[in-house]
Amino acid sequence: MKIEVNHFNAGFGNMEILKDINLKIPKHSVTALIGPSGCGKSTFLRSINRMNDLSRDFCCNGDILINSMNIYGDEIDVVDLRKNVGMVFQKANPFPMSIYDNVAYGLRIHGIHDDYEISKVVEKSLKQAALWEEVEDKLFESALNLSGGQQQRLCIARTIAVNPDIILMDEPCSALDPISTLKIEELISELKKDYTIVLVTHNMQQAKRSSDYTAFFLNGEVIESGLTRNIFQNPQEIKTQDYIMGRFG
Amino acid sequence: MIKEYIIEKGLFSINTILIILSSLMVIFLLNESIPIIQNYGIGDFIFGLTWSPDNNIFGILPMIAGSVIITGLSLVLSIPLAISCAIFLEEIAPSNIKKLFKPIIQTLAGIPSVIYGFFGLTVIVPLIRNNFTGSGFSVITASIILAVMILPTIISVSQDAIKSVPENYKEASFGLGSTHWQVIRNIILPTALPGIVTAIILGIGRAIGETLAVLMLVGNVNIIPTSIFEPARTLTSNIALEMGYATGIHYNALFTTATVLFAMIIILMSICWMIQKRGVGNAC
Amino acid sequence: MHVKSIQKITSFWFKLSGAITLAILMIIVSYILIKGIGAINLEFLLTKPVDSGREGGILPMILSSLYLLAVTSFIAIPLGVGSALYMAEYNENHKLEVVIRFISQVLASVPSIVFGLFGLAFLIFFLKTGWSLLSGGVILSLMSMPTIYQVSEVALKSVPEHYKEGCYGMGATKWQCITSIILPTAASGIFTGIILALTRAFSEAAAVMYLVGSSLEMPTSLLDTGRPLPLHLYVLANEGISMENAYGTAFVLIAIVLTITILSNHIISKYEIKLGV
Repeated sequence: MKIEVNHFNAGFGNMEILKDINLKIPKHSVTALIGPSGCGKSTFLRSINRMNDLSRDFCCNGDILINSMNIYGDEIDVVDLRKNVGMVFQKANPFPMSIYDNVAYGLRIHGIHDDYEISKVVEKSLKQAALWEEVEDKLFESALNLSGGQQQRLCIARTIAVNPDIILMDEPCSALDPISTLKIEELISELKKDYTIVLVTHNMQQAKRSSDYTAFFLNGEVIESGLTRNIFQNPQEIKTQDYIMGRFG
Repeated sequence: MIKEYIIEKGLFSINTILIILSSLMVIFLLNESIPIIQNYGIGDFIFGLTWSPDNNIFGILPMIAGSVIITGLSLVLSIPLAISCAIFLEEIAPSNIKKLFKPIIQTLAGIPSVIYGFFGLTVIVPLIRNNFTGSGFSVITASIILAVMILPTIISVSQDAIKSVPENYKEASFGLGSTHWQVIRNIILPTALPGIVTAIILGIGRAIGETLAVLMLVGNVNIIPTSIFEPARTLTSNIALEMGYATGIHYNALFTTATVLFAMIIILMSICWMIQKRGVGNAC
Repeated sequence: MHVKSIQKITSFWFKLSGAITLAILMIIVSYILIKGIGAINLEFLLTKPVDSGREGGILPMILSSLYLLAVTSFIAIPLGVGSALYMAEYNENHKLEVVIRFISQVLASVPSIVFGLFGLAFLIFFLKTGWSLLSGGVILSLMSMPTIYQVSEVALKSVPEHYKEGCYGMGATKWQCITSIILPTAASGIFTGIILALTRAFSEAAAVMYLVGSSLEMPTSLLDTGRPLPLHLYVLANEGISMENAYGTAFVLIAIVLTITILSNHIISKYEIKLGV
């Protein structure tokens, strides 16, 4: 198991968001987290790379193990953790710098300054993110001039450039048109050969198409999890069934 | 991580420096004012009509009157033009003209006050002397130049206020068949009012505090002016004129004048502060 | 009156007010430039004043102004930007934020002559630093800091939250995020604030008139006395020493201010194009 979550509770201040989460996420797979808005799936995703730590009133207990190491343990350095667990956000957020510098950014902050090495990784990452051909001849133009779908693929390239173990994706296609969405989905299936991917999505079809495993969140709890095929074709819980059939959410 | 900690504490200590320095300023002003307050009383100082350092008589009412009258007159001249100009830039001007005006307002704000004073001295003073009465060094001369000096402050701050009026308010009003002027009068100006008042207060602050331009134009005669063509003396120009040679209790009296100015600014900024807070409350 | 004629009249008045504002600037700037150009020659720019400024040039004043500007930049930029950085990125204490914001708002509006008086009492009489360009520069720094702080804070706070998220998500430390993303994104705003504050410091005469010693000699170090350009113009004009040299000094002053404004706007727009914002 790549990620193992045991009795994990979390919240902000007095507000409890996640209740007793137990989940196992295998490596080199895509796990989709689905559920209605406000069910806690994004909070859970952001617990895996400790992005929630950025709000001071965040508190949690229980364990999240990555490669059998508790990431909330005392000896864990958040900065190293986030290097290992990359994240792609809901809104594409390239930095206001050139395409090249965006991809090189992670390498540079982690102390790599050899230009030849950086240029190799930039090219490799952009190719892996299926963006290379589109941007090859404008690497030094501002990334903000790219289209929304290209920006999101650039963010993926930026994330894989530092060679993480796990990639977290927080509704990466919610702001994109159908064609760009399809491209990102293809990319996700391609990337799972090398990475473990956790994908939060609102889009049931997307979960069905591109994930191997699915976990259904409701009111801060995991109602059901397992193979995507099983969850969609043969859900065990009434609530899961209702959600998948579109009765709420 | 230790590096991060040191950076955070280092940046924090800068704020402490800012607090210490400004406290020091208040302490020095008050400390040097104590002899005046003890010997004369703050009431006699503020309401005294005579300022005669040679005879140890210190009353600043004429200068307060001078500052207030000159500031008021400059506002009367400046506000209509400034607010209209702000409306013009935000509501009427095409975007290329709006862009052109940005450096223009900046330059107007950036011209040294001595230049404004010099311009007043060589252009406005003779203009007033030749066309009206008196020597030309007068309340109106100083007010005209001050009005120009506070123009950029009022324009840019009210421009921000007008800009932040939500688009849908305007659309709703246009949708009902209002003319542009009706939208401006009924929707934009009332909504932007707190920001415009803030702009005016900042303008008042700048006008009361201006020293050299006023000093060069106002004649510096220590009387309460009865006409706009008479000379006057302001609180700031009084300090600038006498700071060079003042000793003993006279030196203290200048500090007390500065303390009065400082108190005026604190009051103005507190009003500004309250308006801003209320504005935020309304927006929520 | 008919609604539509009111609309026409008001619309005309608003356009006119824009034109008047433009005309005021044009009249003042061109008046100074036209009247002053005659006094400008190499000798005026590169020699010392003679006979209190009746004859000779203004080189010591240009140098004094540059010295003051250097001291102010050296002190006010790091302190102003630093405290804004702390407020925008580190501070969790709301009270401290309110206090600092109020202080800077007040300091930004305190009359410059009051700063001058404070400088005289604190630096010259209390710390006994002596009349010098350094003393003047220190007080100008105190005057400039609040403006730099205020503008920088707004610029830093308007850096989009998702840039920071992206950056922390890559495993950047806070300081890395600040230096690589936050400062570059806020740079044009911060730069505007710095230029605004430094232009004011450069133009200031009242705050430093009793701190810099007002000497006409060539300053060779920060500890020397000097007389910046605006103060020189004030003395020349107000004491009626030489109108011709006053126009010349005004020309140089306004030319420098115009150059700074145009150049900085140019740099900012170039930089913003580069960022793509």
